[in-house]
Amino acid sequence: MPPALFPRGECAIKASSPNAVELHGITKRFPGVVANHDIDIIVRRGTVHALVGENGAGKSTLMKILYGMQKPDEGTIIVDGEKVTFHDPGDAIARGIGMVHQHFMLADNLTVLENVVLGSEKLYGIGGKARAKIKEISDAYGLGVRPDVLVEDLGVADRQRVEILKVLYRGARTLILDEPTAVLVPQEVDALFDNLRELKAEGLTVIFISHKLGEVLSVADEITVIRRGTTVGSADPKHTTPKQLAELMVGSELPSPETRESTVTDVPMLGIEGLHLSEIDLEGIERIVLDQITFTIHKGEVLGIAGVEGNGQAELVEAIMGMLDPDAGRIVLGDDDITHAPTRKRREDGIGYIPEDRHRHGLLLEAPLWENRILGHVTERPNSKGALLDPSAARRDTERIVREYDVRTPGIEVTAASLSGGNQQKLIVGREMSHLPKLLIAAHPTRGVDVGAQAQIWDQIREARREGLAVLLISADLDELIGLSDTLRVMYRGRLVADANPATITPEELGSAMTGAASGHLEHGDDTGGEDR
Amino acid sequence: MKKIDKERLLLAIAAPVLAIVVSFVVTALVLVATGKQPFDAFNIMFQYGIKSDSQVYILDKATTYYIAGLAVAIGFRMNLFNIGVDGQYRMGAFFAAAVGGAVTLPSFLQIPLIILVAMLVGGMWAGIAGVLKTTRGVSEVIATIMLNAIATSVIGYLLQPGRLGHLDAAQTQVSTEPLPASGHLFNFNMGELNGDVYGFIVIAVLLGVAYWFVLNRTRFGFDLRAVGQSESAAEASGVSVKRMVITSMLISGAMAGLIGMPTLLNDAHQFGTEFPAGVGFVGISVALLGRNNPVGVALAALLWAFLERTSTQLEFENYDKEIVGVMQGVIVLSVVIAYEVVRRYGIKRQQQKVGEELAAQAKNKQEVTA
Repeated sequence: MPPALFPRGECAIKASSPNAVELHGITKRFPGVVANHDIDIIVRRGTVHALVGENGAGKSTLMKILYGMQKPDEGTIIVDGEKVTFHDPGDAIARGIGMVHQHFMLADNLTVLENVVLGSEKLYGIGGKARAKIKEISDAYGLGVRPDVLVEDLGVADRQRVEILKVLYRGARTLILDEPTAVLVPQEVDALFDNLRELKAEGLTVIFISHKLGEVLSVADEITVIRRGTTVGSADPKHTTPKQLAELMVGSELPSPETRESTVTDVPMLGIEGLHLSEIDLEGIERIVLDQITFTIHKGEVLGIAGVEGNGQAELVEAIMGMLDPDAGRIVLGDDDITHAPTRKRREDGIGYIPEDRHRHGLLLEAPLWENRILGHVTERPNSKGALLDPSAARRDTERIVREYDVRTPGIEVTAASLSGGNQQKLIVGREMSHLPKLLIAAHPTRGVDVGAQAQIWDQIREARREGLAVLLISADLDELIGLSDTLRVMYRGRLVADANPATITPEELGSAMTGAASGHLEHGDDTGGEDR
Repeated sequence: MKKIDKERLLLAIAAPVLAIVVSFVVTALVLVATGKQPFDAFNIMFQYGIKSDSQVYILDKATTYYIAGLAVAIGFRMNLFNIGVDGQYRMGAFFAAAVGGAVTLPSFLQIPLIILVAMLVGGMWAGIAGVLKTTRGVSEVIATIMLNAIATSVIGYLLQPGRLGHLDAAQTQVSTEPLPASGHLFNFNMGELNGDVYGFIVIAVLLGVAYWFVLNRTRFGFDLRAVGQSESAAEASGVSVKRMVITSMLISGAMAGLIGMPTLLNDAHQFGTEFPAGVGFVGISVALLGRNNPVGVALAALLWAFLERTSTQLEFENYDKEIVGVMQGVIVLSVVIAYEVVRRYGIKRQQQKVGEELAAQAKNKQEVTA
């Protein structure tokens, strides 16, 4: 990424104009959790304002409040100097606030023009006037959108531009972009940032949500840092290093995941050899998602995989769990070839699984906690005897998990949906650990979890590792990766492109390898990082 | 905790009660709008419904509807909408009647044979939809609707003299060969005037118990419910969703095959053009109203049979019997809405309660929970 090429600070020119958005004392409580409290943010007009924070810090909730999708319990929202109350996104759009979601909301089988006018037919009609308007917006901000192309023929970056255009078409003057770079490759990120600078130059305001520090520093004029639901400070990108920003984001009181004394043995637990998987994507093009993946995890070893999300980590996990069938290659657990074994067999053979998306893969949200304790281990004790369930034993054991793993709940008959994310995660960790796995697959094990629970989950992983557990750790939290892992690999576009020693590598060096800028063995202090300061 | 449980039970009952009350109100309004006396009509229905012969009729009808409700409920618990229970039921009953009429064995073999054939045929007919869904991605709703139509044609083709049909003595009715006496199931005689309660009601009760036990007390049932609640979570937990789709379609279809058994074994003893049609669709209503719960479905089946029985009497008293159809329709409509409303309210309410209780706990411990 070449952020240094672009001058910063155009914002100073418009410093006298009123603020586009002000948030004062915003507090939002969810059952059992405070998602946001005492948030204060001032976004000046004509700037790119970045909102940074870890996953689960409360960024998305805050933006949903600003976009009218959630109502704050306390606090005021001021738009263009006027106090407003939003009841739904329609109110926000009427005030010139638009949102581009992380997951695109486009109809594939319609053209760009049709997608843009859909739901706003009253603005400029659906014919020539609309097309002219789209052209006008596209040219004004250099979006390069072609109105008559089918959306299904567009790539990710183009779809994102259509989303941005959709918002502008509806008259937005302030754009909220939720993690817009998560799905983009580096070149596309650069192009997006060029677009954002165009928008800014035309006097529009952009609120940019991210947890990627390098990007934030390269594009933002101002930065607000959110930690554990509240604003902890702001930073001037001109005078801030990624390290300082990281410290603000993570906080100095964060328990360290460091785990130095090595417990790695030379007994292989999981062997992956030449794993290959390709998929046909939406555009009908064959895409290689796993390319010649080879690694071994030994007993007592934590292997961490770093990478920007969407580079094949999820598919790797699903192939090891048996939810995806690889095209080629071998997966060996202990001495057994499990390449094509069913998921249940793998679980029974001792693979524990902490899924990335606990709502989709880890829980039955509307079932009570004790049934969730059975999930994934229905064939094992204490959950069943023979073909029959043993609900009373399962209930007793759920009580134990709740106690030992400090799951904050009034009881085990409540549904999983009524627990906060952190407590759901503790239940999952407790469940998986209770079956004494030989191999634990932990995908983002502390995502959306509060700091206390985070330390606890780290402790549990460390303890099990001491007793010979092999762990495959996938995380977006680089500190977690470096702190917990014995070995580090970097995944980029379906391949393991680099490896590193967690004892010496820094998050910055790892971060640049994740963008594909470096490969091979990463040595601390060498210049493979491509850093700009 | 106790409080939450009690509330959950209350909410579970609230929805169907609400739906029934709403439907009575709407029906009353319809009656008033057509210039009729609503309470008089309800009174006629009630008075007629509690007569002894009505009760026997209601029990018999409800037996059939109950099995239909269970067949649909098995699909619902899996998040599968087996709309083809009707076709599976007719296919099962038809072939069971044909086989039963063609052989004569002692009772203890004849009756199980007939039942087995019905289950096999019903299961296979539903299994087609299951296989299409897992291999070709065809929605089970579409596939089973089509299979219903095909079932009608298949039966229409085979139920002709010279094929599997048999012309009765008066040369007016076509049906399958009547079952020999060994194929008749026992009845409970309720007196000359009241008629018989089908012996199959015993089997229906056992089916209800089995349904509850398999779903709630076995590993298989847990897997099935897990798929119904979250396919992705079930898959990750080790359930083979595809196999589960086929298995549950087979079971649902086998259960559907049993729907015709009370009529066949206890009453008609042959499959003819008189054989009741549309029972599978009643099963959908009954399963919805009974919330896929074995006791709930039983109550819903009884209510349905009651409404059907009393509608005939309304005609004698110069009311339109279609009013019962309106009532049934409104019940189904409002039950679907009421469940969703109550479900959402319940989730929200519980989240709040849990939040409150935790906050209270935290206060007691004088510590901050995040």
